[in-house]
Amino acid sequence: MKRRIYLDHAATTPLLECARMALLDGFVHWANPSSPHAAGREARALLEAARRRIAAALDWDGEVLFTSGASEALAIAIGRSTSDSVLAGATEHDAVLRHVPPSQRLEVDTGGHVLLPDDLAPGTLVVVQHVNSETGVIQPLDAIAELIHAAGAYLLADCSQSAGKMPLPRGADMIALSAHKLGGPIGIGALLVRDLKRLRPSGGQEQGYRAGTEAMPLACGFAAALAASRGWLTDAADWRAMMDNAIIRAGGEVVAGGVPRLCTIGSYRMPGVSAQAQLIRFDMAGIAVSAGSACSSGSLRTSHVLAAMGWSESAASQVVRVSIGHDSRATDIDGFLVQWQAMATGTR
Amino acid sequence: MIYLDYQATTALAPEVAAAMTAAMDHYGNPNSAHRIGRIAAADVELARDRVMTALGRGDGRLIFTSGATEALNTAILGTARSAPADRRRVVTLATEHAAVLDTVLSLRHEGFEPVILPVERDGLVDMDVAEAAIDERAALLAVMQVNNEIGVIQPVAQLGAIARRCGVPVICDAVQGFGRLAVPEADMIAITAHKIHGPKGVGALWLREGLDIPPLMHGGGQEGGLRPGTLAPMLCTGFGVAAQLATERREADMAHVEALWARARDLFADWRLNGSDEQRYHGNLNIRRGGLDAARLLSQLRTIALSLGSACASGTGRPSHVLRAIGLKDEEARGALRIGFGRYTTMDELEQAVALINEAAAIQRVAA
Repeated sequence: MKRRIYLDHAATTPLLECARMALLDGFVHWANPSSPHAAGREARALLEAARRRIAAALDWDGEVLFTSGASEALAIAIGRSTSDSVLAGATEHDAVLRHVPPSQRLEVDTGGHVLLPDDLAPGTLVVVQHVNSETGVIQPLDAIAELIHAAGAYLLADCSQSAGKMPLPRGADMIALSAHKLGGPIGIGALLVRDLKRLRPSGGQEQGYRAGTEAMPLACGFAAALAASRGWLTDAADWRAMMDNAIIRAGGEVVAGGVPRLCTIGSYRMPGVSAQAQLIRFDMAGIAVSAGSACSSGSLRTSHVLAAMGWSESAASQVVRVSIGHDSRATDIDGFLVQWQAMATGTR
Repeated sequence: MIYLDYQATTALAPEVAAAMTAAMDHYGNPNSAHRIGRIAAADVELARDRVMTALGRGDGRLIFTSGATEALNTAILGTARSAPADRRRVVTLATEHAAVLDTVLSLRHEGFEPVILPVERDGLVDMDVAEAAIDERAALLAVMQVNNEIGVIQPVAQLGAIARRCGVPVICDAVQGFGRLAVPEADMIAITAHKIHGPKGVGALWLREGLDIPPLMHGGGQEGGLRPGTLAPMLCTGFGVAAQLATERREADMAHVEALWARARDLFADWRLNGSDEQRYHGNLNIRRGGLDAARLLSQLRTIALSLGSACASGTGRPSHVLRAIGLKDEEARGALRIGFGRYTTMDELEQAVALINEAAAIQRVAA
């Protein structure tokens, strides 16, 4: 059978073998980590070891609170923030924007970089993603953190896409993470917190900041995935450069081609062909790519990210996202490019 | 290790572990439109059907959550926040799980008045008090089917009848009863996988047909906009298989539990039972003995896993709010043990454990 080509790793990426083994090990220790008996304490020890390994892998010396995923981590960080006001970049994920009304959103430039206001009020919580899930654009978060802190405000960084692929921003006060974007299981994420005073407590677990029985096996899978080797990223960078060049040569356009982007994500416009038509034809050819983020891909509405970067609706509707992962091969990229070129030339 | 803490969590069934291992290969995001995404979505929908079938509900909708705590928070906060302005009372029972009690109490900050109904010595709600407390001023009634500490089965149907007369939506925490007893009539039902030999990290909220409440969190619009976040096909699959298994094995599991219960009651003849004997799920035994230091007993019994109350509250040193609610004095509550058993507990294990518990209790008495 012909190998299916999966280039939608930014939506979710296959479980790494080490994460699978960690999950299976975790399933054996099924006791409730909050139970006081020996079986419970054993589960607790494994949970805390996973927490420490995650902190160590990320070089993080603050708190690590486990959640069901990045959406919940962001909901806790924003919804239970002790800050008086919240601002967020216009290109943030829906999980952030649904909490932040349009009047509290920060514009971005044409490269997708967020523009901080000059009059940032002290105590404000500013939410900025590290890497955009649709374009791969990297926000200069270290510099942004300095500006935010100079104003006495706080930074919540959404590192769902960047964690495990790039070093975390140094100055973030809180960081939201998702395991399944980096080869861990779906169903677990974390909120990293520098100082718990930034949050109002709620719930009996996770130091009183989250309620619900801890899913220890998932935490172990998360930790194992973070510790895995990232050697494949070098290939990904080569392949992304190859795709950028090939698509430009074939008459396409690279979204945010001129700014630093995560090497696993490329977003490409095929002039004259709607993303919907492209997706159907790629899928028929056994190639999985997407239009924007998976959450909204069912609805196929125009990307709020591209709109914020100044793209017209018609141009934005012709953009498809390609994302590379740990099990991608050079032949996957070749297969994708052959289809892309055939589609682009065939329809002219 | 003899595991007698079935109300805290249950062992992953081998069938569930096998199904989850197979589902690990279906790595797509169920929200992705492409084929790999649709394969993952098919896993989720099959699991949804299986859980709905086990619930005995063909109508309404079931949304997956990270567990019962999230399901209960979604139901309680969503119902209260969408209630008419003249319904500001949120009614629940004194013996509810923290996931309900804490959530109901938190609504105080949003202008609601929590009404906590007392229970009687047997752990059952006083129907006259309930009748008087539930009226047109109530935004919701949250009631647990089977109590997690004392196994008592509340008359959810009768409470629901009162609530319905007054137009009050009923939210039922069916975590302990699901897969074991018939699910009671309610407008919303919260359940979780890991209490029925499924995985931790997944639960569900069932909502009656036509019911609409605002979401707790915001995000990608999954689960009809009611629960954001990428769903885990592996966890949903595990939940589905666990639910199906519980349905298939219900009679056998219940007969097994009855046999264990009868034997345990005989062997613990000189202990007092906390909560009703008949109106009870018999996989839970909560017993006490005068003058006993149960915490000390627990730490001495290194080969048995059992507890004093809910796992969530253990380690806090606080006396159980449930035992207090049934009228036990603190020194009586200090002598109480929670013993939970089920599908994988053998008669031999139970007998061994009871012998060890009785021996340790006798030594304590002699020492005193």
